[in-house]
Amino acid sequence: MRLKQKTKTVSGIPTASLPDIIFMLLIFFMVVTVLRQYQGLKLILPEARKISKLEGKRHVANIWATKEGVISIDDRIMEMNQVRNIMYDKRKNDPQIVASVKADRQAEMKLITGIHQELRKADALKVNYSAKTRN
Amino acid sequence: MLTARNRKRPGGEIPTASLPDIVFMLLVFFLVTTTIDVDKGLGLVLPAEGNEQEVSKKNITNIFVNASGKVAIGSGDDLRIVEIRDLRQEVSNRLLANDKMIFSVRTDSRTKYQAYLDVMDQLKMANAKRISIAEPEG
Repeated sequence: MRLKQKTKTVSGIPTASLPDIIFMLLIFFMVVTVLRQYQGLKLILPEARKISKLEGKRHVANIWATKEGVISIDDRIMEMNQVRNIMYDKRKNDPQIVASVKADRQAEMKLITGIHQELRKADALKVNYSAKTRN
Repeated sequence: MLTARNRKRPGGEIPTASLPDIVFMLLVFFLVTTTIDVDKGLGLVLPAEGNEQEVSKKNITNIFVNASGKVAIGSGDDLRIVEIRDLRQEVSNRLLANDKMIFSVRTDSRTKYQAYLDVMDQLKMANAKRISIAEPEG
């Protein structure tokens, strides 16, 4: 009888360090999370194969362009010649900014070239054409 | 004396029993709001303003994309129409012949963005590093 009692093991997972683990997870998600700031415009992105990931979201400025020719930055609809001022300010605040062009697949090149010219005037030369993966 | 003192002392600690619950709630909030999907796309560095430079004609290949998405490749009089999916091979061949080759993409102002991006995609797949974007015509 006594022998049996001695070999009895304690069952159950130790939960003492559970709050620590959860804290660590919490901190991870807090660091990773960038709250979605802007809504953008309604459009269908083009497709491409050789696409690369855009590093982080902190150094990215989104430029939305629809097939109707509407341009929006930071949820403000603007004329083509206003893009340079906004992008210049963004470039000044963050030299490594990447302009992510989110244009509709049906958009005309006149619009895209216009954005190119504006970005060049603003000295924001890093561009990323946002696209979906083609299967 | 001692017992009276002990009885009067208030519990000077914050109850921590509900701490895991609070942290769990925060965790769930951040889990829900985090979007892991990263933006993906084709990267390109534009030339700086006022940095136009003359390049030798033999180092340039023009790629024309018209309004209906037809693609022609060539330099000077040697221009021929290719399918977009054959562009990669064509560009690779030209890069093999001359690794300093610059590919100048010229579009019509009514060319669709998708057609332009298809061409850029083919250039990227052929590992063309020197890509130039010409002003559209018309």
